[in-house]
Amino acid sequence: MHIQEEISERHVLSLTVSNEAGILARIAGLFTARGYNIDSLTVADITPDHAISRITIVTSGPPKVIDQIIAQLDRLVPVHKVTDLTDNGPFVERELALVKVAGVGEDRIEALRLADVFRAKVVDTTIESFIFEITGTTDKIDNFVGLMRQIGLVEVGRTGVVGLIRGKEPN
Amino acid sequence: MAEKSGADILVECLIDLGVEVVFGYPGGAVLPIYDALFNHPKIRHVLVRHEQGATHMAEGYARSTGKPGVVLVTSGPGATNAVTGITDALMDSIPMVVITGQVPTQLIGTDAFQEADTVGITRHCTKHNYLVKSPTKLASVIHEAFHIATTGRPGPVVVDIPKNVQIATAPYEKPRAFEHASYRPQTKGDAKAIATAVEWLAKAERPIFYTGGGVINSGPEASALLREIAALTGAPVTSTLMGLGAFPASSDQWVGMLGMHGTYEANWAMNKADLIVCVGARFDDRVTGRLDAFAPHSKKIHIDIDRSSINKTVDVDLPIVADVASALADMIALWKDRGHKAADLTEWWARIDGWRARNSLAYPDSREEIMPQDAIAQLYKASRSSKDVIITTEVGQHQMWAAQHFGFDEPNKWLTSGGLGTMGYGFPAAIGAQVGNPDSLVVCVAGDASIQMNIQEMGTATQYRLPVKIFILNNEYMGMVRQWQELTYESRYSNSYSDSLPDFVKLAEAYGWTGIRIEGPQELAAGIRQMIDTPGPVIVDCRVAKLSNCFPMIPSGAAHTEMLLDPSQVEGIMSDEAKALV
Repeated sequence: MHIQEEISERHVLSLTVSNEAGILARIAGLFTARGYNIDSLTVADITPDHAISRITIVTSGPPKVIDQIIAQLDRLVPVHKVTDLTDNGPFVERELALVKVAGVGEDRIEALRLADVFRAKVVDTTIESFIFEITGTTDKIDNFVGLMRQIGLVEVGRTGVVGLIRGKEPN
Repeated sequence: MAEKSGADILVECLIDLGVEVVFGYPGGAVLPIYDALFNHPKIRHVLVRHEQGATHMAEGYARSTGKPGVVLVTSGPGATNAVTGITDALMDSIPMVVITGQVPTQLIGTDAFQEADTVGITRHCTKHNYLVKSPTKLASVIHEAFHIATTGRPGPVVVDIPKNVQIATAPYEKPRAFEHASYRPQTKGDAKAIATAVEWLAKAERPIFYTGGGVINSGPEASALLREIAALTGAPVTSTLMGLGAFPASSDQWVGMLGMHGTYEANWAMNKADLIVCVGARFDDRVTGRLDAFAPHSKKIHIDIDRSSINKTVDVDLPIVADVASALADMIALWKDRGHKAADLTEWWARIDGWRARNSLAYPDSREEIMPQDAIAQLYKASRSSKDVIITTEVGQHQMWAAQHFGFDEPNKWLTSGGLGTMGYGFPAAIGAQVGNPDSLVVCVAGDASIQMNIQEMGTATQYRLPVKIFILNNEYMGMVRQWQELTYESRYSNSYSDSLPDFVKLAEAYGWTGIRIEGPQELAAGIRQMIDTPGPVIVDCRVAKLSNCFPMIPSGAAHTEMLLDPSQVEGIMSDEAKALV
């Protein structure tokens, strides 16, 4: 007997939640308990009184599973609202990465050239290294990191995705 | 305002919330609460023998009275012992509030004596949980906990209270009615969906109501409305294990329980129906059988208060997110308003009667041995002389036989562990039901293996003079395990024999109960009568045929139309795909 895998699609979910102890554990735990995937997860409070946080989750699964994830998240008591940005788009999504690259001579110049093409900023430099700050979609950052890997990538830190629906309506 | 201790605030909240009884067990981290209870005799405390017992008692109390069950246990092992019952309540949607003691806040995280991460451990087996770090928050949390446990889809809520929070003081004022910032269950169904449902129901040629525990959770009104809509439409009604009693088994429209051990007619009617109205049920794997063969010819309407139940396993055509009573009332009002009449279902009923004629619940007769099915049938017959009968069960063959052969006509009279399938549920649940219904005849139908899982609660029944009856169908096997080994593993009985059973009659005597042994068919009726007529608690050790199996049965991975009706159809082996299913 072999275990069958289903085809999955990527969705960006945006949640508003009460900013209380344990909320992140509740959400992350729901994903593990029910066998859902988390590709990335970001969280920060978004109101002046720090009462509400926005959580952005990038997940993947078959459409039916995505619907279940949304329903299950919505069922958590401290969750105010769940929006599937992918289904309710168009939406803007951005991720930030810090990318450390080491190299000398031609590699160093090539790294700077590529950074310019990707509109990455230099935020730290030594004679033998740079740290670039880059924002963009996950794809753009993947591409940038892929190119830097060929030059002399040392390490990467990524924030995960945040996203909002385009236009004047709230999520 | 005069300040009160956290423990006093808790007890005052419980009184304000109408709590009459708490099932619990003291320990270091709840001593302040126990001292507060000592001074508040208004709340009855039932001292259990094990915390798992307390949780199932609370479930039995809740399921039989419609009120939330309340549990009080200490930190660490007190809380972890409660986890099975909490999970059981989550799976079966039972309203329950569990108060757990915790080590003082400054010791949390230090691996203190009797410390466990209770909110961490119970996060996924509760509807919600709280760690209260200040006595000023306690009152609002307790009121919120009861609100969450009892509204929407009911479930267990844990409130973890560190010992220093129980002792520290704060002003207390009874919280006013509040609206929760984020928790607002939808109870009223969408009007358009209701209208469509009524249209479909009026036009259906082969409709069936598939009802579940949600009808019972919705309250007695929902059961009354179910009867009304069934009468208006003339459609057959089947139910899950959890929904038994919501629709009367004595009705002509009742086709019996559906699913793995349901009737032939219920499962075939589901398979051939053109409209399934699912009311407060959740298309559980025990009900659907093989998913790709489940009810292939039907449109499906699903009424459920929990949106996450919709399309979870079976795709439905018309979801109605609503409280069952509210949705049924709206449908009935619209049905009458539009002047619909019951369609002519003669042909449909003729087919159902054809399936009924298979008499799928029939079992072989025996003069030498007590057939377990007959023991249940005779228990049912004898108990009809009692005014009010509540049946609880453990988990296994006896549970299925009780579901098949005992007829339930009213809701809240059948208490069983459906979702989690917890052996050890039935006896404490019977104690809880008896506490909530002191004048009812409460019988726990048990197996010889299951009963031993919480048998220590005999002392609780003795202490509180609770006249519960335990009716053990003793076949000296974990019968359902043995049955599956016969189906799947060529009868290799790996560890399913109940060796070294206690003498249940002597055990009864040791606890001050009455013990009765029934050894042959000719003793059965008199033994059951003696059990019912004995005023105090009774154990009946009913020795039944050892190798009887529970039929009909849809084996794992099979469709509704592939039922096994008797042992001659059992092959004894299965494919790996079927073996891998639960």
